[in-house]
Amino acid sequence: MTPAALDLSPLRRAAAWHPAEFAFWLLPPAAYFLFPDYLALLSQIAITALFVLSLDLILGYAGIVSLGQAAFFGLGAYAAGMLGKYGWGDPLLGLAAAAGVAGLIGFVTSFLVLRGADLTRLMVTLGVSMMLFEAANKMTDITGGVDGLQGIEMKPIFGAFSFDLYGKTAYWYTVIVLFLLFLLARRLVNSPFGLSLRGIKQNVLRMPAIGAPVHGRLVTIYTLAAAYAGIAGALLTQTTQFASVDVLAFNRSAEILLILVLGGSGSLYGALIGTVFFMVAHHFLSDINPQYWQFWLGATLVLIVLFARDGIMGLGRAAVARLGRKAP
Amino acid sequence: MTIVFDGVAAGMLLFLISIGLSVTLGLMNFVNLAHGAFAMLGGYVCVLLLGQAGWPFLLAVPTAAAAAALAGVVLERTLYRRLYAASHLDQVLFSIGIVFMSISAAHYFFGARQQPIMLPDFLLGQFVLPGIDVGIYRLFLIVIGLGLAYGLHWMVRRTRFGAQLRAAVDNPRAARGLGIDVDRVFTLAFALGSGLAGLGGALGVEMLGLDPGFPVKYMVYFLIVVAVGGSGNIHGSLIASLMLGLFDVCGKYYLPQVGAFIIYAVMVVMLIFKPQGLFGRSAAK
Amino acid sequence: MKLRNGIGIAATLFTFACGALAADPVKIGLILPMTGPFAAYGKQIDHGVRLYLAKHGDTFGGRKIELVVKDDAPGTAGDVSKRLAQELVVKDKVDILAGFGLTPSAFAVAPVATEAKKPMVVMNAATSAVTTKSNYIVRVSMTLPQITAPVATWAAKNGIKKVFTVVADYGPGHDAEGQFKKTFVAGGGEIVGEVRVPVKNADFAPYLQKVKDTRPDAVFVFLPAGELGVSFVKGFRERGLEQAGIKLIATGDLTEEESVDAHGDAAVGVINSFHYAEAHASPENKAFTEAYAKAYPSDRPNFMAVAGYDGMHLIAEVLAKTGGSVDADKFVDTAKGMKWMSPRGPISIDPATRDIVQTVYVRKVQRVGGKLQNVEFDHIDEFKDPGKQ
Repeated sequence: MTPAALDLSPLRRAAAWHPAEFAFWLLPPAAYFLFPDYLALLSQIAITALFVLSLDLILGYAGIVSLGQAAFFGLGAYAAGMLGKYGWGDPLLGLAAAAGVAGLIGFVTSFLVLRGADLTRLMVTLGVSMMLFEAANKMTDITGGVDGLQGIEMKPIFGAFSFDLYGKTAYWYTVIVLFLLFLLARRLVNSPFGLSLRGIKQNVLRMPAIGAPVHGRLVTIYTLAAAYAGIAGALLTQTTQFASVDVLAFNRSAEILLILVLGGSGSLYGALIGTVFFMVAHHFLSDINPQYWQFWLGATLVLIVLFARDGIMGLGRAAVARLGRKAP
Repeated sequence: MTIVFDGVAAGMLLFLISIGLSVTLGLMNFVNLAHGAFAMLGGYVCVLLLGQAGWPFLLAVPTAAAAAALAGVVLERTLYRRLYAASHLDQVLFSIGIVFMSISAAHYFFGARQQPIMLPDFLLGQFVLPGIDVGIYRLFLIVIGLGLAYGLHWMVRRTRFGAQLRAAVDNPRAARGLGIDVDRVFTLAFALGSGLAGLGGALGVEMLGLDPGFPVKYMVYFLIVVAVGGSGNIHGSLIASLMLGLFDVCGKYYLPQVGAFIIYAVMVVMLIFKPQGLFGRSAAK
Repeated sequence: MKLRNGIGIAATLFTFACGALAADPVKIGLILPMTGPFAAYGKQIDHGVRLYLAKHGDTFGGRKIELVVKDDAPGTAGDVSKRLAQELVVKDKVDILAGFGLTPSAFAVAPVATEAKKPMVVMNAATSAVTTKSNYIVRVSMTLPQITAPVATWAAKNGIKKVFTVVADYGPGHDAEGQFKKTFVAGGGEIVGEVRVPVKNADFAPYLQKVKDTRPDAVFVFLPAGELGVSFVKGFRERGLEQAGIKLIATGDLTEEESVDAHGDAAVGVINSFHYAEAHASPENKAFTEAYAKAYPSDRPNFMAVAGYDGMHLIAEVLAKTGGSVDADKFVDTAKGMKWMSPRGPISIDPATRDIVQTVYVRKVQRVGGKLQNVEFDHIDEFKDPGKQ
């Protein structure tokens, strides 16, 4: 079969935009006007969504489980923070540097991570990120340790929009970055490259037989996801002008894994919807009951697993399928 | 020499708090991140019986294990069994939900503070032999750990229940066909896992402390032991715990600057050379 | 879940409606770790604040006090604290920001206080530099050097020549190590060994053995309150370091009232310096501890409860003096130099640094009436933060 005869129409169909997607992306601008008091929360949702997206790329599409994404998030956060501290506070430069540093370390560590089975990968990614955390904690003179890096100053974006108390600039900035990177990810997963990743996820032994370089593909996606996480970290530092070793903490890695499974891994919208659901639930529960909100959050997770497999997206798909059956 | 002894004891403590997970994750292939919640339950029961009810320590500890096992049976019958067929990720989500709930519940009933525990006098202190100081409680942990390891190994490999369990995990349908009551086997195995967690929790209070954050604080350690040991392998877990304990304690004694690094570095190196764990069978997929 | 949210929203609306009827209350946003590893901090500070309001009424300078509590767990993530502070200012329209269990949270929120012009009352975060991060910060708790130096001075004066230091390996630990070394060496002592232990540490055996093998006169310890301290003190006894002639000296965090019961008798004899003890003998403290025991029978008041209590006192006094004004510049000007009798003893706000000046006591843990208490036997009056000199 020559490449010209390759039928790519299913890919093209999948890559076409569904009306619901347009509707979805109208939500962020709408939220700006509907919830002007919640912009700080909304920007953090956007940042977390990007971070979750980075995990979705490796877990949802390539089947690499990781409990160490915070390593790249933290590297990005520190890269942007260091630049800001030493007078290179241009936000876009910070993003580029964060993506570069995180991507580079992602590329290097990918060779450690891509061995062994799920549990092994889980623990190696965890181990790498914990070592990074300990290193940052040891180097308190450079990183500011637990108390945080002091003296981060951010320049206005394009020299025009500075970060304000109400979080307006931060909101548009994070949402636009998220949207652009989402577009890139969407193109990627609907490309032949994305398809080969899914093939690897489903049957890693058969892929080499049809000529797909398994290891190379996995290294590429792992590096890319690391860069995504780095950008998310940089966004956090830039919008809060704060970075401490907490950006490398284990609970950040664990939280995004939780969010992704909750939303439904293997679907880009699952990552986004899961984040929105989790962060909003977290926020309101902890507002209502600052001491015991974790109980209600835990109960929600248990109920969701019992009644909806494959997360919220799974629930949505099941509902759509049922509707489709009823109305032929 | 004292350092070696302390390392062995530290490893045995790791073994005791993780062995229950080796049963649920390793043998039953269920990613039960709520393992620490059962351990915490054991810890609280033990502290309550000792402090409030004035029970003797040697009685309180097995009761704590029994309480955790009972909680395990109840939860297995009502919730866990619905998820045996679910994906690992769903199991993670579910058991993390349980962890969150248990943390809040412990916070509600016992408050956020550290719980006090008073060991009986005969377990306190240390005795001095030429060249080695032996902590009595540490020795106690080593003895219990070895006993448990041997007993479990024997049970899984040599008893009828062990054979049934292995058959039920490997192929539940075929096991049913052979007349094995798979549901009952799973319930018992789960009770065993959570009972062991409770035992580890009760024995660990003296050295690890006990507060509502317990299930999360030590989750990483449980996972390290199971991953390095190779899942489903009692023997492997024991060796892995001892190695980690020895490396950790000796590292901290001779190279204190490196500190917390060691345990993670040892884990990563071991997993790079032995991706299936020290004594892993096939992948835990 | 939906139902719960609904109830919550209804409840919030209800409070809003009621608030609107009263004459313009003063809203205080309390940012505290209420869950996670530092939940005990948030609980104690919250108790202190509420106890003050219960005792002295909730109206000062003609304006009612309204509290909005936000959980910034884990307490070390500055981004979370900062977001909550922004929300408190923008959405809840609070007049005063208060609380702050840990330093990163105070550091991250400081720019918000400056930009929004809100007074910021720090009720725990103890790194020396906190008050320099915004001109609207007033601290009512303590600084780490402030509670570390006195025990070093005491040790140097009382025949302790060689000390081994053991601190937790994070910012505050490094600060405590530095301050102890500085004061102790200046007093003629010698540091014979130092070690930084990981914050997540299950076993102190190797460190304790190292101390024992070095044979110093005393070991100085700084560990965050909680299981680390308990594990260390128990190990200290188990390993017979006392019999080997080694004394245990520490900052008062090690044996503060909330965790000392978990140590049990192992803690008896520990010498430490701190600014508050439940056993402090004064009429103010007697009234405070009795009210506390009545309101929260299952807890013991500690330094954080007192800081919450004093923080609320500061706010109340300022409101009374300014006739209910919450203008940040006026607030801070009024707070500067303010002096009062706290349950911990006489305290004041340094007009130059807006930091706390207080008596720091040297204490020894003993059983008093069946309870483990820190019994004061020496003190340094009107002690300013040495970290700023």
